[in-house]
Amino acid sequence: MTTQTLSGAELDALIAEVAEQIVAALNLEMAAGEIDPDAPLFGDGLGLDSIDILEIALVISKKYGFQLRSDNQDNVRIFSSLRNLTQHIAANRTT
Amino acid sequence: MQFEGHYPLTAYSDLTRVLAYTPDQTINAGQFLAQADALAKQFPAGGHILNLCQDRYHFMVGLAASILAGKASLLPSSHTPDTLRQMQAFAPDLFCLHDQPADGIDLPCLPYPHEPAVLPDATVNPSVPAEQLVAYVFTSGSTGMPVPHRKTWGKLVLDARAEARQLGTDTQNFSLVGTVPPQHMYGFESTVLLALHGHCSICSGRPFYPADIADALARTPRPRLLVTTPFHLQSLLDAGMDVPAVDLLLSATAPLNTELARAAETRLQAPLHEIYGCTETGQIASRRPTHGNSWQLLPGIRLEQEGDRHFASGGHIEVRTALSDVIQLQADGTFELLGRQADLINIAGKRTSLGYLNTQLQAVPGVHGGVFFMPDESDGPHITRLCAFVVAPELPAKQLLNALRERIDPIFLPRPLVFVDSLPHNATGKLTRSSLQSLLNEHLKSVQTNEPA
Repeated sequence: MTTQTLSGAELDALIAEVAEQIVAALNLEMAAGEIDPDAPLFGDGLGLDSIDILEIALVISKKYGFQLRSDNQDNVRIFSSLRNLTQHIAANRTT
Repeated sequence: MQFEGHYPLTAYSDLTRVLAYTPDQTINAGQFLAQADALAKQFPAGGHILNLCQDRYHFMVGLAASILAGKASLLPSSHTPDTLRQMQAFAPDLFCLHDQPADGIDLPCLPYPHEPAVLPDATVNPSVPAEQLVAYVFTSGSTGMPVPHRKTWGKLVLDARAEARQLGTDTQNFSLVGTVPPQHMYGFESTVLLALHGHCSICSGRPFYPADIADALARTPRPRLLVTTPFHLQSLLDAGMDVPAVDLLLSATAPLNTELARAAETRLQAPLHEIYGCTETGQIASRRPTHGNSWQLLPGIRLEQEGDRHFASGGHIEVRTALSDVIQLQADGTFELLGRQADLINIAGKRTSLGYLNTQLQAVPGVHGGVFFMPDESDGPHITRLCAFVVAPELPAKQLLNALRERIDPIFLPRPLVFVDSLPHNATGKLTRSSLQSLLNEHLKSVQTNEPA
């Protein structure tokens, strides 16, 4: 697996794309651009729960071609913000 | 040694038998008992324990240690800060055993030993009085105070034996992979108790993502039993990945539709059994959803009709209990479920009642009136969520959601949360489903109109 290093602009574009995926998958009543890339996705940030995470995992597997695993040591960090989730996708995507 | 009125801690006289598979080792019953005994000696003095261990094997060691030390495990239906305060009020000597960071848990805490010493295998399978109180399992209650239900060792053993007989694990040793938390009644019975008294060997950890489930299955020998819920099963099938062979599937917590049952049996090439029960009684019946709608009572369980309610008793049931579902008893002793009481809510297998949620919402300072509403289930891919209408002119949405998060499980948080000027009470002061549905329709329409192009 090659870890892709994205430029700031590429990362921002992917963040916007992942935000769109999340809003569509979860039917959230907000625009993708309203998600703060650095706010936690759980709890008092975006307020997602474990059901949402499984739905997001499904979208990620379909769109980016890899499966999330919870034995990954970084699992807590991955969902700690949209930015971290996006970086994880950039590093693991196969499509 | 077996005494009158006692049951052993595990069913197995051969203590070299494998009880659990962890990623790097197999653990036999003797090593498990030795670890439980060592952990029990580290417990503080209190008589009640909150076992928050996420890893199924850690939970099981914690439970066995609690039984050996004569401490009752508290199993609440959620772990919100408010619930934990209520648990501490219920049992002021409560302490917490955890294997994840215990941030924000305001209780005396004992971390699960991460590198347990290698101990000589135990050679004695301890005997536990049938009457010993092992756990209080809580339902959320309608008034906001969790309601405890006592579980004694003798009844829990009978429970596991009945399930093992119904599923056939009593005659063949299955490896068991569970996706459900051991702290909830279904996971407690169908993973932990099945390991201790139902001849199953559990896979440690707590597989969550579809890939985790596949990994867990791959590292245990066949035959394999997957203990799951309709929601996890659906997500496993949707992932479209290769799943290692499964020999038996078990689902509970929410009704499983026949289509999903068929798809699961076809894709995974294993018979699927469904369990029916509730926290108060534990499991009481099972069925093969692809073979018809009728439920078969577990050995020893009776169902009796009084007026339009049905009461379950006998077998491993501690207290004769009125069931909250609408039931049709058949002449052959089986039954069909005709529906749930309107007040009950089940989202991805987590249960609560509208009455409870409304009480919690209305108790938030600044809320003048509020009501939760469960829209009809949609056919789409999404899990249907609750919404709430609230009259709280001075309360920011974020603050209200944070207050609710303290009190109710995140799965029940309203989505959407809709602020209104007043609630559509009818002439008799009631809020009807149809008036709330139109309020929701109005809201969804206004959101769509305002959406950026």
